[in-house]
Amino acid sequence: MMDKTVNQKAWFLVLPVFLIVAFSAVLPLMTVVNYSVQDTFGNNQFFWNGVGWFKELLDPSSDLGGRFYASLLRNLAFSAIILAIEVPLGILVALSMPRDGWRVAACLVILALPLLIPWNVVGTIWQIFGRPDIGLLGYTLNHMGIDYNYVSNEFDAWATVIVMDVWHWTSLVALLCYAGLKSIPDAYYQAAQIDGASRWAVFRAIQLPKLNRVLLIGVLLRFMDSFMIYTEPFVVTGGGPGNSTTFVSIELVKIALGQFDLGKAAALSLVYNIIVLIVCWIFYTVMTNAGVDHTKREGAV
Amino acid sequence: MARIDLVDLAQSYSGPDADLESFALKPISMTWRQGGAYALLGPSGCGKTTLLNLISGIVTPTRGQILFDGKDITPLSTQKRNIAQVFQFPVIYDTMTVGENLAFPLKNRGVPKAQIDARVAEIGELLDLTPYLGRKATRLTPDAKQKISLGRGLVRSDVAAVLFDEPLTVIDPALKWELRSKLKALHRALDLTMIYVTHDQTEALTFADTVVVMHDGRVVQSGTPQELFDKPAHTFVGYFIGSPGMNIVPAEVSGREARIGGHVIALQRSYDKLPAGPTIEVGIRPEFVHVATPAPGLLLAQVERVDDLGRISFARVRIGGVKFAARVPQGFSIAGSDVGLVFDPSRVHVYADSRLVEGVA
Repeated sequence: MMDKTVNQKAWFLVLPVFLIVAFSAVLPLMTVVNYSVQDTFGNNQFFWNGVGWFKELLDPSSDLGGRFYASLLRNLAFSAIILAIEVPLGILVALSMPRDGWRVAACLVILALPLLIPWNVVGTIWQIFGRPDIGLLGYTLNHMGIDYNYVSNEFDAWATVIVMDVWHWTSLVALLCYAGLKSIPDAYYQAAQIDGASRWAVFRAIQLPKLNRVLLIGVLLRFMDSFMIYTEPFVVTGGGPGNSTTFVSIELVKIALGQFDLGKAAALSLVYNIIVLIVCWIFYTVMTNAGVDHTKREGAV
Repeated sequence: MARIDLVDLAQSYSGPDADLESFALKPISMTWRQGGAYALLGPSGCGKTTLLNLISGIVTPTRGQILFDGKDITPLSTQKRNIAQVFQFPVIYDTMTVGENLAFPLKNRGVPKAQIDARVAEIGELLDLTPYLGRKATRLTPDAKQKISLGRGLVRSDVAAVLFDEPLTVIDPALKWELRSKLKALHRALDLTMIYVTHDQTEALTFADTVVVMHDGRVVQSGTPQELFDKPAHTFVGYFIGSPGMNIVPAEVSGREARIGGHVIALQRSYDKLPAGPTIEVGIRPEFVHVATPAPGLLLAQVERVDDLGRISFARVRIGGVKFAARVPQGFSIAGSDVGLVFDPSRVHVYADSRLVEGVA
């Protein structure tokens, strides 16, 4: 055994943190758990329901389950589409950025601008921008003979929401990739020149592998954000037309605050939370494994 | 393979109008023989890497020309010049296997697959990489990485020259020796022109048949290791090569005599027409002057300490204010603080403003 001084007073130093976390995170979460296993008709009267809400939620034939799965699928499709656009686009933007001089600063500021705009403002911008009567985009498109109306047409609504997200968040991927590119030592580019590598070969052999880790972080951040998206589509389409742009969090708010079904909403919240945690854990595992690959060395060749 | 000529080549990082003294590489003209093993030797910041990058095309020269076999290739990009270069820090494409790494320079140039495979196998064999060719090039030790970098430099058989920019800096001392001998063997086996940049004189002297010594952006001497040792053309060469370096002492020289602090030592050659202005110094390597019991007729010096290097011992002494090193003959023991110095007249060189002055026999 090591000769360590035993000092139980250290617990008192941890206590404030413990209390704050309990007050701000654990207790509210437990309230949700509490709601998810009970039913209430107001007046603070509660009836035990066990796992009833969860059973209903996970059963696709029930109304609640049907809505949950539909919104989940919509949300996954949305995330997949924006990732498929934002990641390659972000890489492309980062690759075409200047490497030094005042242009770098200018580019960084311009790229950072959309990231600084609050969600509901972005939503409002696009809500107005897309209107066929007074919006610049909607008006122009309709006058070009394209029948564009995000309020009545499902495809237009989706296109608007996706373009809005790309507009808002591609910068994040681009900035991450730019940082990743900057960290590649010049020697790699010089060696590639010597080796006669084409622009594409340089990208495949040097830049993409070195961007590996920042891209993983970028994909994680963008997936999480788009999977939990609420404000922007809510402001633009309100989840419509019909339910076509109702993503999981919009559905959740409808159930909790629209119908005041607190039990169902609590069950949905918990399942939603668990999905997010599982995805996080997968990313975390992949990322740490990728890290091990670079730091651990094997015997001499 | 080619002969490389540098014609009035110079490089300034602060534009062509900068003061010539501030140039990273002052104008030089020289020729690199085909198939030669060269070392570019000099302290950090002397311009050797600049010279290398000019030859490979990573840096475009401020003025002058580079000719490969008489053809001016100055405006060509690195890709179009037929040059291979190995850098100080190993560059590995870690998504590829070791073999793919070696094949990369050939693949980029559209060499037929059968030829690539044969060449990769040959180079892999020479570098003892054969068992690892199919392995992913990740999780490698620094020396394994540098071996692969070397391999990529050597894999093209048609290059004008292979340039090495201090390639062994990151390697453990024990493996350095091995890799250096390997390089020497590769030079013999592959008949490539090799230019090896280093600040380590041992590396330069063991690798190269011609050592080019650089100092402050200039080439001060280029010759065989023996020439650099026997007849340094510049006091810097004398001091930089050899351990300990050459003794340089201010002196008055006339005819066949040099006068150091009132004491006269004999010279083998005659220096009658020394210019009046420049600082005159004499230089002699510590190996060619030995200490003896003080006696009339010998230059007196004060002993500071004795360095025992095993097979040979050097006494560190002082002549007036000037530091000096001299061999201690075997069996001689220094008594007291003063010694006499015995010079070998044929080995004493005379320098005017740091440059060697040829005497008349």
